[in-house]
Amino acid sequence: MNKENKKTNSQLASVWRSLRRNRMAMLGLVILVLLALMAIFADFIAPYAYDAQDLLNARQAPSAEHIFGTDEFGRDIFSRIIYGSRLSLVVGFISVGIALVLGGFLGAVAGFYGGRLDDIIMRCMDILLAIPQVLLAIAIIASLGNGLVNLMVAVGIATIPSYARIVRASVMTIRGEEYIEAARASGTNDAKIIIKHILPNCLAPVIVQVTLGIANAILSCAALSFIGLGITPPSPEWGAMLSGARNYVLTYPYMSVFPGLAIIVTVLALNLLGDGLRDALDPKLKR
Amino acid sequence: MLKYIGKRLLYLILVLLGVSFIVFTLLYISPGNPAKIILGEAATPEALAALEEQLGLNDPFLVRYFNYLKGIVFELDLGTSYNTGRAVLDEILAVFPNTVTLAASAIVIAVMVGVTLGIISAVKQYSIIDNLVMVFALIGTSVPIFWLGIMMIVLFSVKLHLLPPSGYGTFAQMIMPAVALGLQSTAMIARMTRSSMLEVIRMDYVKTARAKGQKEIVVIMKHVFRNALIPIITVVGLQFGQLLGGAMLTEMVFSIPGLGRLIIDSISMRDYPVVQGGVLFVATCFSLVNLVVDLLYAVVDPKITKS
Repeated sequence: MNKENKKTNSQLASVWRSLRRNRMAMLGLVILVLLALMAIFADFIAPYAYDAQDLLNARQAPSAEHIFGTDEFGRDIFSRIIYGSRLSLVVGFISVGIALVLGGFLGAVAGFYGGRLDDIIMRCMDILLAIPQVLLAIAIIASLGNGLVNLMVAVGIATIPSYARIVRASVMTIRGEEYIEAARASGTNDAKIIIKHILPNCLAPVIVQVTLGIANAILSCAALSFIGLGITPPSPEWGAMLSGARNYVLTYPYMSVFPGLAIIVTVLALNLLGDGLRDALDPKLKR
Repeated sequence: MLKYIGKRLLYLILVLLGVSFIVFTLLYISPGNPAKIILGEAATPEALAALEEQLGLNDPFLVRYFNYLKGIVFELDLGTSYNTGRAVLDEILAVFPNTVTLAASAIVIAVMVGVTLGIISAVKQYSIIDNLVMVFALIGTSVPIFWLGIMMIVLFSVKLHLLPPSGYGTFAQMIMPAVALGLQSTAMIARMTRSSMLEVIRMDYVKTARAKGQKEIVVIMKHVFRNALIPIITVVGLQFGQLLGGAMLTEMVFSIPGLGRLIIDSISMRDYPVVQGGVLFVATCFSLVNLVVDLLYAVVDPKITKS
């Protein structure tokens, strides 16, 4: 056990070394840390409360008091974007968490047992994959109703197949290894083998998929909120803010600019980090 | 080959059966009594009960599902819109051409621009152009389509008065939606073209071709690009699903009467048969496109049919 720990530690160290040499990935990581700090300390950073209305100062262009301007109710757009980072990060992480747990479980079972069970599970995944992701999420949330939780569930379920496929593929390459045979021969039960010996060895592709998946989930959630399914105003969700700002495109276009930039910066950071992790974790791709 | 196609078609039917079941279940559990949605809140209990009986709402779940399925298989009947009283399939077919035109224009732009950028980038690896293309590709995959659409309206319609901000029909009205929708795919295709070109560009046979004194452009197009095609075809095929999803958002931003807007509007009006039929219709198109892509592979690479 100790030896195994040491082995994973040195692997981690080597991944970290190669990640640190990748300037783009580090840029992504730094932006993410800043975003996380912004979300955590939103109460201290934001100059105004996200729901503080000031109708006399509605729809103001960016100025010293309101650096991103104000919206149709005179709320400070900068503060709303800061608070919105909480929603976007939480939604991104939790919906990916849902997809990872369910998809990971299905993929691990399918890959480990193979045969009939594998067929059934993967055919079900094919059915989910036959519906474009955004549309599937839309259909799910249409039947569950709007709201933060339903949004995360909808996006989570719609992305289950990608995790199932990845975990299944890596479980299948590992399950024939000798140390798995040894564990089985010594009478360890299947659940324990999967959790203790197999899953830790599929981590690399899963980490990459999770990073890119969070970016994708944030985009999907913003898209759903934008079309009015998901998080609805007055919550300062970035997609919902854009949805409200759309009514003023012709007269107050800057209201649309900043929430969108916030989405881009977050998604871009996650994509940069994800690409960097893929290069660091997959030696085959190293140039 | 015929056997392979047959097998794939059979499988496609099974998958679509599964999709129909999921879609039916989702809307079965959604809140609201259809009879009430059709007749409105003021309807008398007797009228409600009569309509419920007529719609078969009192039947058990599986009976309703099989009736729905029977309608689709034998009569191509996807149900009737609560809102307009027209057949769902007619509603869909009325707007579907607009979505296809939009998605097709987007993919044409994406392939032309994406492949060109990818080739230039690979040939001039690590140059300024290459770096610029890669930055573009990175940002391109991170920009939300709906925001890009809004920004294009602000720039080209509000500030420069060059293009109409919304609507559908004229060529000018198509430009912004098609570019906005195609951007993400352009970025993906550029990245994929670059990396698959780079994989073959240093192969011996390419050096041989050069050593034989062939012109550089011939070497690149004939020997490198052609052998990099398979991964590019894959991405183009995969992008189609993304495009169908993205088309919904684009249609919302630019007020285009397409399938995506029909589905979203129907959700807010609780017109469930249209939502159900629309999702099933999109899934069918998506699966057919994937099937065609797979068959294309089989043509390009005969090894695939054997496994």
